[in-house]
Amino acid sequence: MKPSTPTLAGMAPTHCPYCALQCAMTLHRDGAGVRAEAGPGGLCQKGWRAPELLGHPGRLRSPLVRDRDGHLRPAGWEEALDRVAAAVERTQATHGRDAVALFGGGGLTNEKAYMLGKFARVALRTSTIDYNGRFCMSSAAAAGIRAFGIDRGLPFPLTDLATAGTVLLMGGNVAETMPPLLRHLAPRNLIVADPRLTATAKLAALHLQTTPGTDLALANGLLHIVLAEGLADAEYIEAHTTGFEAVRASVAAYYPARVEQLTGVPIADLFATARLLAEGETSYILSARGAEQHAKGTDTVTALINLALALGLPGVRGGYGCVTGQGNGQGGREHGQKADQLPGYRKIDDPDARRHVAGVWGVSPDSLPGPGPSAYELLDSLGVSTKALLVFGSNPVVSAPRAAHVESRIRSLDFLAVADLVLSETADLADVVLPTAQWAEEDGTMTNLEGRVIRRRALTQPPEGVRTDLDVLSGLAARFGHTTGFSTSPREVFAELRRASAGGVADYSGISYERIEAEGGIFWPCPSEDHPGTPRLFGGGVFGTPDGRARFTAVEHRPAAEEPCADYPLYLTTGRVLGQYQSGAQTRRITPGEGFVELHPDLAARLGIVEGEFVEVTSRRGSAVAQARLSPDIRPDTVFMPFHWPGAARANSATNDALDPVSRMPEFKICAVRVSAAQGSVAAA
Amino acid sequence: MRTIIIGYGMAGSRLAGELARRGHDVTVFGAEPHAAYNRILLSGLLAGTAAESTIMLPEPPDTVDIRLGVEVTSIDRAARTVNGVPYDALILATGAEPITPPIEGISGVPVFRTLDDCRRIVKDAEGVQSAVVVGGGLLGVEAARGLAERGLAVSIVHGAPHLMERQLDGPGGEVLAATLARLGITVHFGQTAARTPWGLLLSDGLAVPADLVVMACGVKPSTTLAKRAGLAVGRGVLVDDTLRTSDPAIFAIGDCAEHRGVTAGLLGPAWAQADVIAGLLSGLPASYQGSRPVTRLKAGQIDLAAMGVAEGDEVLTFTDPARGTYARIVIERDRLAGAILIGDNPSAGQVIQLYDRGAPVPSDRRSLLLGRASGAVTAESPVLMPDSAVVCRCNGVTKGEIVRCGARDVAGIAAATRATTGCGSCVDAVAGLARSVT
Repeated sequence: MKPSTPTLAGMAPTHCPYCALQCAMTLHRDGAGVRAEAGPGGLCQKGWRAPELLGHPGRLRSPLVRDRDGHLRPAGWEEALDRVAAAVERTQATHGRDAVALFGGGGLTNEKAYMLGKFARVALRTSTIDYNGRFCMSSAAAAGIRAFGIDRGLPFPLTDLATAGTVLLMGGNVAETMPPLLRHLAPRNLIVADPRLTATAKLAALHLQTTPGTDLALANGLLHIVLAEGLADAEYIEAHTTGFEAVRASVAAYYPARVEQLTGVPIADLFATARLLAEGETSYILSARGAEQHAKGTDTVTALINLALALGLPGVRGGYGCVTGQGNGQGGREHGQKADQLPGYRKIDDPDARRHVAGVWGVSPDSLPGPGPSAYELLDSLGVSTKALLVFGSNPVVSAPRAAHVESRIRSLDFLAVADLVLSETADLADVVLPTAQWAEEDGTMTNLEGRVIRRRALTQPPEGVRTDLDVLSGLAARFGHTTGFSTSPREVFAELRRASAGGVADYSGISYERIEAEGGIFWPCPSEDHPGTPRLFGGGVFGTPDGRARFTAVEHRPAAEEPCADYPLYLTTGRVLGQYQSGAQTRRITPGEGFVELHPDLAARLGIVEGEFVEVTSRRGSAVAQARLSPDIRPDTVFMPFHWPGAARANSATNDALDPVSRMPEFKICAVRVSAAQGSVAAA
Repeated sequence: MRTIIIGYGMAGSRLAGELARRGHDVTVFGAEPHAAYNRILLSGLLAGTAAESTIMLPEPPDTVDIRLGVEVTSIDRAARTVNGVPYDALILATGAEPITPPIEGISGVPVFRTLDDCRRIVKDAEGVQSAVVVGGGLLGVEAARGLAERGLAVSIVHGAPHLMERQLDGPGGEVLAATLARLGITVHFGQTAARTPWGLLLSDGLAVPADLVVMACGVKPSTTLAKRAGLAVGRGVLVDDTLRTSDPAIFAIGDCAEHRGVTAGLLGPAWAQADVIAGLLSGLPASYQGSRPVTRLKAGQIDLAAMGVAEGDEVLTFTDPARGTYARIVIERDRLAGAILIGDNPSAGQVIQLYDRGAPVPSDRRSLLLGRASGAVTAESPVLMPDSAVVCRCNGVTKGEIVRCGARDVAGIAAATRATTGCGSCVDAVAGLARSVT
């Protein structure tokens, strides 16, 4: 197998394999190993240490198949792919096409995400496909489409933030998750809303220490003050928006004293925030998972967009943006691995979209399946209506909400295949494990958090026994009679993606590998080769709606799906730490670390818990056990757990699977728990 | 179920919306001729900082039959009708009405209570130089602040020994008076004897000249209709935990209702009651257990919160008269039993939530007065850090590693340790260390 472009001698300019910031890095061959060199934007330890996984003993170097005795044993590729194909065929023959599910990931390149969607719709003809990005940006995406008619995480270049008068970051801890982003944020004008005094909040000029689950009330309360204090931009509202009147009326009920009581944010800080946003020459409102991963996440983001619109920000003097998390969280949601989408951010139930994409794929529009279930609903159907599952670049046993339940659903499958770099917790349950290439071994494109399409370049070939995801899909498609149309060449796949996305919302048709390299990345939409791309999506305040106006939508605060009660008296909120990425499948092999429960010293004293003691965090759905870490930086009614670890420390054992009605985002960020010293635990010395 | 609501203020309109969304057939009678508005924001209107459009509350769905400008004068409890409209459930949300003290010449003086009152005061204030507000309670302070912001010379005449005596203690009242003084508002303590053509005459003989007189002497529950209908009435219309009056088909909420001896007179409890009724009438087992009302005033330079009792096991106080800051925190059995916060109190949000939720107070009581230490953290001098202190979080580089790496400038240290190559915020600290070891 050859890489699609000739490997540069000894070095490859590419980007970090992890988060959506996609920091530029250059990889160098260094003896037998690989060394990373940071680009001008910096690298955090995750990026610096990423090459350590390339030669890691924990990486998979051969397919694995599960024997009759229940053990995974090495196998050849033909045997492994044959087993997958046979299981798929058997399942579809017995239970129907939709009984085979695909589960993708936001870390896959555009080429792979595109091909995964095509594989589902053309080779397997199943509607049952979704991906873990549903757990990441879906609420912001839904709100963005509702307001702007289009969803691109940041509709402006990241560098615009550096000159901002004011930045309000709602529920994001970039100092842990993507530290180099801080190079674009000036602490003097940064306002951070978070229940914890996070590393990011400590850098901010103003920290709004919100009660978990009250960001929507906070946003409506800020808009109330903006209107009551005459800080709104009436001309902008008149010229660039619709639906303001209903929002104005609804936020009249969010008077400051009520919002203060709901959020715990002092009125004086609410006023200060409203003024700073209004008075900055440019102001930006950013949201991240803290605000979005709720059963009301879409409405919360809508409330933030309402605020931005009333201040006259989007497209004119700043705007709203979502800080996308996963490496290709943006591109991954545009090209067809989402349950309801076709390439180019097209809707799968739109007849024109079906006709166009079917034409590119050379199939009949009628042969394309319709929309399938969302990620959590898909996982919840495993073993029930869905009997076989193929996972690409995701580890739902650790990363899904109500994870013990999800794990039991996965265990109840007739057949599971997982394509991954390492034997993740999900791969460990599989009947067939397919070892895939790492970032330094493949070419392709990623679309970063700004909507800029960038190049990933191979430094080396994958080791013997390892294939790329495109190879895997091609090999499987061939077994279903599709000997063409499933190229293993990223460049060829990208050429097809360009045609499939042409005319869509996320139009990549004018983007080529050559242009990306020559121009340092290209912002979509880019509908032709002479189009410069679109760094600022809403320039002049013209939006992607039919009338070009942004839409206000009135939204109401409501309690979390599960609020604390006598039996479960505390909030649990979850998040990330600097050294780990998502489920930790990759980063834990470099920096093992361990899970912990962060709690306030007062709460610990009341519970009789000391630093380092193992504590059990129990919700109605399950428990997690990890060591106590005492910190005055968290509210005494709230405990925090990072979700990167499996097993006993798996935070998602406790999290809530209540879903947002629009985005189908699970409520990761808040549930009710009780906390106690773990049975039989001994305080660490 | 046919439901009638009498009163289209903040409680009545909220309830109408909640019931309509649950599919009830709702008729509302409102005495005021205009749509429901947020009364709390009237002082902004008086100050000229808020437009009328910003205080109007959301309209309930179109299915609600709203009859405005209709003063209901009787209820036919036997036939279960109001003005000929039949009901299965009737909710009184008649609110409160101003108290008018017996002062000579006072009739016709505008009262600060309704939107129409407010409009009239704004009109009367045009072209005049000075105003006096009768009453130094919450409403009086709000009215005075609004008028002062308009540029009038304002005074308050108050009959009690200090301002807002229902909510504040003496020292708190003094700090508030000082805050008002800074806004150009003078406070006279004494009884008003008479209104004169040039202003007010107090009973101790003091003359308070003013072009405009505004009344703000407090309110009392509006119970006339309930009394006339033969319902049990104390200070307000008496209701049980299901908010039912002495007639089980009739409920009362908001300022007109008296629950367990309390007439709250605040919006929070009124909305909580509206939500309870919406649940009850929809067949849910809802009940009202009382609220923990918080008086909150944030208007211009005034920032005031008051709640609960004034004495208890533990009392913490903080006074900074020069900056107009005062805090008094009352703790009973590790719970917040009361608080008065005036001026810049960064703990306000925390204190209000602790009181509202009955949660335990922090073991470090100081945080109740001073709030959490937040905001930009001043960097500790790197030279004084222990060797084990992490200087570069992004790459987990300690001071010791930096000092020992051999390099003596930022670029060299970055190359050797990766410090500064992440978010870049430790550049100054690393530069400082580089200087200190050369």
